[in-house]
Amino acid sequence: MKMNGAQIIWECLVREGVDIVFGITGGKVIPLYHELPGFPIHHITMRHEQAAAHAADGYARATGKVGVCVATSGPGATNLVTGLANAQMDSSPIVAITGQVASGDLGTDAFQEVDITGITMPITKHNYLITSVEDLAQAIREAFHIARTGHPGAVLLDVTVDAQMGQCEFVYPETVNLPGYKPHTRGNIRQVAQAAEMINRAKRPVLMVGRGVIVARGQDELVELAEKAQIPVATTLLGKSAIPESHPLSLGMGGMHGEAYANLAVQQADLIIGIGTRFDDRFTSAAHTFAPQAKIIHIDIDPAEIAKRVRVDLPIVGDALNVLRELVPLVQEAQHAEWIELIERWRADSREHSRYWEDGDILVPQYVVRSICELTKGDALMVSDVGQNQMWEAQYYIHNRFGGLISSGGLGTMGFALPAAIGVQMGRPECAVWVVVGDGGLQMTIQELATIVQERLPIRIALLNNGYLGMVRQWQEFFFEGNYCGTPILGPDFAKVAEAYGMTGITVCDKAQVGEALERANQIDGPVLIDFRIEQEHNVFPMVPAGRPIDEMIRRPKQG
Amino acid sequence: MTLAKDYKNHSRRTLVVLMEDKPGVLSNVSNMFRRRNYNIESLTVGHSETLGISRMTVVVHASDTVLEQVIKQLYKLIHVTKVTDITDDDAVIRELALIRVHAISTSRAEIKQLVDIFRAQIIDVAHDSMTIEITGTEDKVDSLVEILRPFGIKELTRTGRVAMVRGGLAVGGRG
Repeated sequence: MKMNGAQIIWECLVREGVDIVFGITGGKVIPLYHELPGFPIHHITMRHEQAAAHAADGYARATGKVGVCVATSGPGATNLVTGLANAQMDSSPIVAITGQVASGDLGTDAFQEVDITGITMPITKHNYLITSVEDLAQAIREAFHIARTGHPGAVLLDVTVDAQMGQCEFVYPETVNLPGYKPHTRGNIRQVAQAAEMINRAKRPVLMVGRGVIVARGQDELVELAEKAQIPVATTLLGKSAIPESHPLSLGMGGMHGEAYANLAVQQADLIIGIGTRFDDRFTSAAHTFAPQAKIIHIDIDPAEIAKRVRVDLPIVGDALNVLRELVPLVQEAQHAEWIELIERWRADSREHSRYWEDGDILVPQYVVRSICELTKGDALMVSDVGQNQMWEAQYYIHNRFGGLISSGGLGTMGFALPAAIGVQMGRPECAVWVVVGDGGLQMTIQELATIVQERLPIRIALLNNGYLGMVRQWQEFFFEGNYCGTPILGPDFAKVAEAYGMTGITVCDKAQVGEALERANQIDGPVLIDFRIEQEHNVFPMVPAGRPIDEMIRRPKQG
Repeated sequence: MTLAKDYKNHSRRTLVVLMEDKPGVLSNVSNMFRRRNYNIESLTVGHSETLGISRMTVVVHASDTVLEQVIKQLYKLIHVTKVTDITDDDAVIRELALIRVHAISTSRAEIKQLVDIFRAQIIDVAHDSMTIEITGTEDKVDSLVEILRPFGIKELTRTGRVAMVRGGLAVGGRG
């Protein structure tokens, strides 16, 4: 059948299982949008292209499917850049489609022309410039294959306007042939057997789990392994919610703001089993100080992640689920009673340290997050932003739903949470979606409140408002003589802003109002923003100063 | 030990990289070297024996651990099909240089003699200069350049290293 390029794009998307796209139209995607009404795809008109990329990213993380965003050429395309880099860093599969000036005008600095394939080359897994309608179907097929397989990531398709309008016979490519792209998904059997031996010999093993386990959906096998050999599980920020955090073997998050007991366990371990993690510096701190007594097993789908930052004694390249399935039967049952008892003593001590905020009437962020956790029973899809709010969420929300935390880890993109939550709620309409965000990050993408209202998404926004770019302020307090340069920020009355956009706005100044406000928010059938005016100079503890070993943390001030 | 910062034990490595001949693939490779802070000395690219496959020779300064990362990062690029470290193989390594040297009637004979010793060729003569073509190992090219320098080198271009393993299998796997 003869089709034009725009029709081919939508037809290919439908065949890839896409039913939602996030985007903004513009001069060089008008032909593309002109054909959209003929296809069963719901388009969400965002208010900024960066938000479209974050929404696609959030959608991808919440559903495990590929998220799709669309933007026009020039500024539309450059606005995607942060969102693409964010998705790529956190292994989130998204495909971005941008319009481009006509192929005859390429390279002439035409109106709204920008070399977006050149710009995004280092921040995408792969990208395409398509100047001919005949190349479209094959490129789209490849783009989705590349985005979702192996180490997932962002792929960009830049399509000239003449390729969108040109006609050709549409033939759907049934196969993809990329001789240079063959991800290893099965771990080497000998190495898996060797890993089992190392685990069976270990006295103080710790599982270190990253987002790879969530991507591979290896949660059941992870719990099976942990329980069978009684191995405590520490996670990275993005590995949170790979294991139910109320599980007795869960140590929660380790690293720079990890719980002391998790970090002590890692540093005292004789074996670290890293699964689906890239041993990021926010977890390990200076690599030479990391887990000095431990042998390290590293299981990852991407060979380039192995031995990139830390020494590895046994590498296994493979999909976390496949490797775990083969590993579990080879691992012997064990108790590690002494080791677990030691960790429990550290855990009890940490609990003592974490009580300092519980008494008193001051509205502290820990109390807010803990209250949301109690209200939602740890079962909500939490979308956190970046900075202090992100760390408080990570420390005080006990995630019991698999994949229940969605956050910007690698790139640390402030402004991620609100637009990402749009994608999360669109992908998982049956789930309660909460945003935890600071007043700095919220103001970076606040325009998306309009999208939320337009799409009638019942997203609940918990704003931890302290009038500062708080994490930087904390660093200034600790390490830069309290010189609060560039960190105080004046915000609007956020509840009124929310009301102006057409959603419910609530302001909470006292600790005593928190429960009631959350209850109210939970009852409302529609979007709500709660502006929690928290203690302004509250800090995130524990904290490992940059470059220090992760067991040399600044602890919480102890009660009394 | 922080692997990426292991700058001790660096040495010169020669990699042969085969890649699909697609738009952007060369800038993708060079971009990757730059952004990952790898230290390349030379990079040459041209056609291989297979239609649609380009062959690149890269000389990189790297330790063992960094080299391992370089190879893995190259493989991560979608169009790269094969990476081979031929540093320790018995390989034929050549470079081509064109050297335009200041030459007047009194110095022409002496330059010609030197060129003959190096088995290089004079490919162009003008009233005040001669252009010399030399193919050989980088050392040989270096030596000729140094010997000609006192005459006054007006222009110089070198291709960088190209390499091929002697006998046996081709890096692409063909006999």
